[in-house]
Formats: sequence, C-alpha cells, structure tokens
Amino acid sequence: MNALFIGLATVLILSILFLLFRIQSLVTIVKGSHQKVGLSNKVNGALMLIVPIILLALTVWYSPIAAKNFLPVASEHGIVTDRLFWISITVVSIMFLITNAGLFWFAYRYQYKEGRQASFFHDNTRLEVFWTIVPAVIMALLVFFGWKAWSDIMTEPPKEAVKIEIMGKQFAWQVRYPGKDKEFGNHDFRLIDDVAGNEFGIDFEDAKSEDDFLARELYIPKGQPVLFKIRARDVLHSVFAPHFRVKMDAVPGMPTHFHFVPNVTTEEMRTKLNNPNFNYELACTEVCGRGHFAMKFTIIVVEPEEYNKWVAEQTPFLETNPQFKGKGLSDLRKKNLAKKKSAKESKEQASL
Amino acid sequence: MATETNLTQGVSLDHHHDDHGHEHHEESFISKYIFSEDHKMIGKQFLITGIIWAFFGGAMSVIFRLQLGFPDMELTFLKPFLGHWLDSAGKLDPNYYLALVTMHGTIMVFFVLTAGLSGTFSNFLIPLQIGARDMASGFMNMLSYWFFFAASVVMFSSLFLDTGPAMGGWVVYPPLSALPEAIPGSGAGMTYWLISMALFIISTLLGGINYITTVINMRTKGLSFSRLPLTIWAFFLTAIIGLLSFPVLFAAALLLIFDRSFGTSFYLSEIYMNGEPLHNQGGSAILYQHLFWFLGHPEVYIVLLPALGITSEIIATNSRKPIFGYRAMIGSMIGIAVLSFIVWAHHMFVTGMNPFLGSIFMFLTLIIAVPSAVKAFNYITTLWRGNIIFTPAMLFSIGLVSVFISGGVTGIILGNNALDIQLHDTYFVVAHFHIVMGSASFFGFMAGVYHWFPKMFGRMMDEKLGYIHFWLTFIGIYLVFFPMHYIGIAGFPRRYYSHTSFDAFSTFTDLNMFISVAAIVTFLGQTTFAFNFIWSIFRGRIAPENPWNSNTLEWTTPRLPGHGNWPGKIPHVYRWPYDYSKPNADKDGFTDFIPQHIPLSQTPHSNLEHENEIMNDQYVEDDLKINEQK
Repeated sequence: MNALFIGLATVLILSILFLLFRIQSLVTIVKGSHQKVGLSNKVNGALMLIVPIILLALTVWYSPIAAKNFLPVASEHGIVTDRLFWISITVVSIMFLITNAGLFWFAYRYQYKEGRQASFFHDNTRLEVFWTIVPAVIMALLVFFGWKAWSDIMTEPPKEAVKIEIMGKQFAWQVRYPGKDKEFGNHDFRLIDDVAGNEFGIDFEDAKSEDDFLARELYIPKGQPVLFKIRARDVLHSVFAPHFRVKMDAVPGMPTHFHFVPNVTTEEMRTKLNNPNFNYELACTEVCGRGHFAMKFTIIVVEPEEYNKWVAEQTPFLETNPQFKGKGLSDLRKKNLAKKKSAKESKEQASL
Repeated sequence: MATETNLTQGVSLDHHHDDHGHEHHEESFISKYIFSEDHKMIGKQFLITGIIWAFFGGAMSVIFRLQLGFPDMELTFLKPFLGHWLDSAGKLDPNYYLALVTMHGTIMVFFVLTAGLSGTFSNFLIPLQIGARDMASGFMNMLSYWFFFAASVVMFSSLFLDTGPAMGGWVVYPPLSALPEAIPGSGAGMTYWLISMALFIISTLLGGINYITTVINMRTKGLSFSRLPLTIWAFFLTAIIGLLSFPVLFAAALLLIFDRSFGTSFYLSEIYMNGEPLHNQGGSAILYQHLFWFLGHPEVYIVLLPALGITSEIIATNSRKPIFGYRAMIGSMIGIAVLSFIVWAHHMFVTGMNPFLGSIFMFLTLIIAVPSAVKAFNYITTLWRGNIIFTPAMLFSIGLVSVFISGGVTGIILGNNALDIQLHDTYFVVAHFHIVMGSASFFGFMAGVYHWFPKMFGRMMDEKLGYIHFWLTFIGIYLVFFPMHYIGIAGFPRRYYSHTSFDAFSTFTDLNMFISVAAIVTFLGQTTFAFNFIWSIFRGRIAPENPWNSNTLEWTTPRLPGHGNWPGKIPHVYRWPYDYSKPNADKDGFTDFIPQHIPLSQTPHSNLEHENEIMNDQYVEDDLKINEQK
C-alpha cells in the first residue's frame, strides 16, 4: 500500500513539474523572449555571488566543528609534517579564495549589459610572466620544505632502533619481536603453515629465531626510534598508524620499512584527550579484500623502562611451541625431495 | 578588388573532394544510424553510450553512499537490482561494496570521461572545426565506436556473473586482482574486466590515430596550427597522450593475464594463499603499479584536457571576448601533456619505492601545477571586462574553472610527499580527484553537450532546465566532495565498507550521512538533464545555424549538416577563432563577432596592424595567381 502511495505521489509530482516546464516554455515562445538576453541572465549573475558566499559561510562555520575530530599527533616527524600541512593548507586556501573570488566576481560584475562592448584584451606578456612566476615561486618553496621533511623522515633507520616486524595477511596484522638478541630469525613463505601454527614462516633452523616472540598488541617505547619492518604474505596491505603519521605499503615479496619516534604515551594521550578508553590504532589502507575495513591492531606506547619490562615478560614463540624446534628450510627441502622420490617411485610402479 | 574578394571568399580549388558534399545517395537505416562512418553520428553514439554509462556509474555511487551514510539501513527495497549482493539481513555484502566501488571508478574514468567525453567531442568537433568533410578514416572511426561498444557489453555482463565483477578497486592492483582465492571478483569478473579494457584500449587507439591524422592533414586552407580553436588543440594533445600511454596499460593488462592464467610471475612473489604457498617467485607487485600509473596519470589529463578545451571555447564565446593568452594556453597544454608522462610515481610515494625517486617525482609533480595555474588565471582574465551571457554551457564552464582550482590546489598538498604519507589513500585523495578530475571533466562534458547540442540535433535544449541542472549540480558537487577533505584530514581510509571498527574513524557519522544525502539529491538532479536532453532531441525549439554567435567553422554549416558537413565548398580560414568584440568591427558591418571564414579584406577597419600585413601578403599571392591564370 505504501509503495502504491509513493508511486502515485511521484507520478503526481513529476506531472506537475512537467506541466510547469511546458507552461514555461510556451510562455517563452509566446513572449518571444528567448531571443533576448533577459532576466535569467541577471538571476544567474546574482547567483554567481550568492552561492559561493553561502558555500564559504558554511565552510567557515563547519571547519572548527570538524577540526575537533582531527587526530592528535604522537610522533616527532608528525609534528613537522602537521605543521607543514597546515602551512600548505593556508597557502593554498589563500590561492583558492583569491582565484575563486576573481572568477565569481568577474562573472557577476561583467554580466551582459545591453550596448556594452567587451574589451578586446587578449594578451599581456607582463601579466602572464607575473602569474607564471608567482605560482612557480610558491610551489618551489612548498616543495623545498616538503623535500626537507621527506628526506629527514626517509633516512636510513638508526642502528639502535627498536625493530618490530609487522606482517599483513587477509585480514589481520601480525607482529613479531626479535627478542633479546634484537635480531629476527629468517623467514620463508614456504615455511608458512597456518594449521601447524607457523603463520610467519619462521625458519627455526636459524638460531636467531629462538628468542623471537609474537605479540597481540604492538608495544613501542616513547622517545626512541622505532623501526617497522613491513611485509605481506598474500596480497598488498598498507600499514597505517594515523596518530603517528605513519604509512607504508606491505608488499608480498618485497619487504618495506618505516621508522619514527613516538613521543606521547598511550597514558599521556588518555589524559590529554580525557578519554580513558583511548588507544592508538593500526589500520590497513590498501584494499585487500572483504575484511579490508576491519584490520585493526592496537598500538601501545609506553615509557622505555616499562617497555623493557614488558619485553622481558614475553615468552619466545619456540618455548610455547616446542614442536617447531629445528624445523626450517633444509627440513622442508628434505621433505620435498622425499615427496618427489615417492611420487617418482609410485609412477614407476604404475608404469611397470 | 572585386575579383580578389571573390577569390578569397572561400573557394576551394580541390574540386575532387568537394563533389562529395553534393552526393545525396540514400542511406539505409543501418548505415546511417548503426554502422555509420559519419563522424557526427559516431560522436552521437559515443555521447549516448557515455550518458547511459554515467547513469549506471552514478547509481552505483548512490548505493555505496547509502552504505557509508546509513550503515544500519536495510536495503531490501533494492533486492530486485542487487539480488545476492545483499545478504539475508538486507545489508550490502562487503565484497560487493568493493565491486561497486571498483565498477564506479572504472566506468566513470574510462567509459564516461574518456570515451563519453573525448570520444563524443573529438569525433563531433574535429572535422567540423577544422573544415574537413569527415575523419581521415571513417571506417576506423566506426571500428573505434564498436570496439568501445564491445568493451561496454563485456564490462556490463561482468555485473551479472555469479562471482561478481572485478573487486580490487579501479586500479586492480595484483596480487589481489590476480588471485581468485583472494576475493571472488578476481575470478571471472577480473577476466571480463581485462578483456573489456583490452577492447577499450583498441577503441581508444583507433580513435586517437584518427584524431591526430585528421588534425595534421585535413585542416582547411588557411587554418594553420596557430589559428586552431583551443578545442582542437586539446583534442589533438589528448589523442597524442592516449596513443603513447594506453599501450602501456595494455602491456600491464597482458602481463596480468599471463600471471592469472598461464602461471607466470610478473607481479607475484612469495605468496601463501588458501593454506599453501604458491609457486610464484621473483615477480614485483610494484612493477604493475608503475605500468598502471604510466597510463593512469596521463589518463587524468586525457580526461581533463578535452574539458579544458571545450571550456576555452565556450568562455570566449559567451564572454564575447577573445580567450586571454591564446599562445600561453597552447603552451600550457603542451607543457601539461609532456609533464603528464613524468609524474606517475606520485601515486606510489608510500609503496616502498626508493625515497630518492619519491623526491624526484615530487619536484616534477609540482612543476605541472604551474601550467595548470596559468590556465586558470587565463580563464579568469577572459571573464574580466567581458559582456557575459550565462547560457547553461557558460555556467558549466565557469563551474569547471571553479572546481579545477578547488581540486587543483589540494593537488599541491598531495604532491608533496612528506604530506602524502598521512593523506595517501584517505578521503582527502577521494575529495581531490573527484573535484579536479571527476567534476571538472563532468562539467566540461555537460558544457559541451549544452553548447553543441544545436549542431548535433538541430534543436535547442531548454535553457531554464539547464540553469536548474547547473545550480543543482554545482552546489551538489561542492556539498558532496568538499566535506570529504575534513574526513580525509581525520585520516579515514578510502574503500572502507564501514569505518566503525576503529575508534579513530568512528567520528563524522553525521557528516557522512550529509554527504550521502547530498549525493543522492545531486544524482536525482541529473534527471533534469536527462529529461531535457531526450525531450529536446524530439521537441526542442528549432535551432538557428549559429545560436551562440560563435566564430568557429562548425557554425557555418547548415542546421543539420549532412554527410560531408558543408553542402557547398569548404570555407577557408583567414583569422584566429577569437575575434569577439573587435574594435571597429561595426564599421565593417559586423556585430561583436567576426567568424573565422571572413577574409581580412572584408574587415579593413577592424584589422590589426599585423593582420593588414598578412592581408597584403595575401593580395600579392592572389595577384600572382590571377596573373598565372591569365
């Protein structure tokens, strides 16, 4: 019944609109006013001022409201890029306002007037040189500061950085710490075995893997350089830690990395935001399939002492999963050879 | 004097060619409307196919906007259209959300804004504005449309596959797009996508070769490159960009086909899928991105340049002023065309690419902002001291300049790689390219339709409906896309089915709702255009030959130009296309415009100094010819 009413109402409204349209066009024909530039031109001219002003007013009103939802920054390079971002936004907003103001003001100011002749003004080298150089200079400055910031962020990671491996898979992040020796054991995608529990494909023949441990939350120390070693084991993912202004793709077959210095602990941020439930989050920003929107991992920033304490408390993976001890690439090779051999043998038997 | 005037009145010496225009052979329905080799009909075919695609692309965005704005809404009423894309609770399935996003992007970028815009207007305008009977090869031109049609059919059928169409985003990055186990859309849907794109690329290349050849070889007498309308310059450069970049996408697609079907490892390496490691090793997923964006970035300008060309023409005509900085406009377009090939990796700053390369691409990217800025300034100066008539086409052109600036300035931010770390793949990017590429090109498209409709269909579109359409669209576009900047600054990633799994992205629910409502209203507002378009084809006011008092050659053709465009001789060209409001034109018997085919000798009072010189040279030439004939 409802659908019928909606349908009828739509038909009614559409026919009224159609009638209005017909009346309008017939009246225009009778009046013969379509030949002249008439009232519509004035209305459009006025709207050229009114509409942009309303839109601008909306922006001015809403921007401070929206700004409450912008994420606070919690890393050292983030402070630099945020500052650069707001400077750039200011510069481009000014450019935007000046040019749009010119555009709409001229459209309004020079709307058609009977008898006025437009000026035959089509070239002015000085003017053109001027507005080629001005944007070029502004751009050069922005580029220069951007380049400096970028080069500072993308330096070689410092030796003493805390290394953490982040691996993306459909649809979760997994995190491995190198343990006491501060070095990760080798990994190989052929060793990955979800059923047995080696989701990273760690090579346990490598002695460095013995103290590696996995974590359900990503602990990092405040004020120390942290190096994310990033990889993916199925499709592209992208590590995005929005509060730290960190983003780097996770690419299968090509390890990437990003290093930064977190400078606000989770506790401090909770106090600052007055939100006891606040947590830093890690998200995925490269579309990876059905669960792309829910690849959440929690990051916890703590003071360095607390971090060391936490690391000391963790148990290495091998300790909880002793069945993997000594299992690695050569083991896999042996298995594969055996498999091949038996396959060959069975084939030979079959042919006999 | 009299003989000279006659000689310069537009008499073609090329009789062989001209005879063609007088032939009135009966054409069958099929050769006239379907397998037509007439550039005008092919242009209209592209136009109507493009509009139909735009409807589907827009409708898809409405559906995923419903999901984003009203996540709890039951969409059961869409069951007839969406079928099993909805789950039993009436919610959109996350996979099919991605399918909608992917198809929306593919359709809009390639089928609407490449084929629909460039295909329509390059085809329709190039021969008409350069004074040619048709394209260099009418047959290839026809093939170009039918390859596009075939691509459309394949892409459209992929919507009905059981496993759904491609779902990996319009960029279809492998490995996601290479492995059917990773997402259902990477099965048959992706195969359809690749076949469709291959057909589409063939169509673009056939069209592009034709456009380039036609512009170079078939300009009428007197129409030098320095007198070409800016529309033609834009189409010409667009075709060159397309010809150089689309083959690279073809290569990328081909390698992807190999990886998908023949077990190669161009893009695949070290993958564990479905409980077992795959055999692929040594490939590079990043290689695909380089190849894709080597087309992908020029593609932005393939979409945008025709819109800018159309705007140049319309703004000059309706300001009744010459375009400001004609040569600078050409220079900027050439600059943009060249630079568009060396900025592609700015889409890849955070892919793990060498940071040094990132710096290089940042420098190159921000250089391209300079010619773009020059263009914007020139448009604005063209309005200055004009006598502006707001036709719907003019409104859309002014709208284009506004969104071109609004979206362009955020490009300066995104092109800065230090800032792109945070903004990459967030809604800030979505806002940026929907405004600068999507909306600007769409506005150019609409402007072109309103402006050249009289020449296409011999009738006028209703102006008042055009005004309503413009203001709805202009306000709508800003209300939809401007707020996305806020959402992007807050870090919201794009292509998310829902943002509420994260505390950081749980805000802005009200704003997302607002955007969705604005998008739906804007979409419905397009019905004013659809109605106006269809109604006016059949019932619109009969159009005069030159309704906008414009200078270019297409307006010297009859109301409905037949096959061959000019019933008589092809007019010659004696001046640039922007002699609007020339001082002293009234003394020569002209109002505020002097069309391109009017000889300088007819306008002695309004000629500029250098034009008098050219004219004298022409007299000398003509004298020589007369002497020879004697």
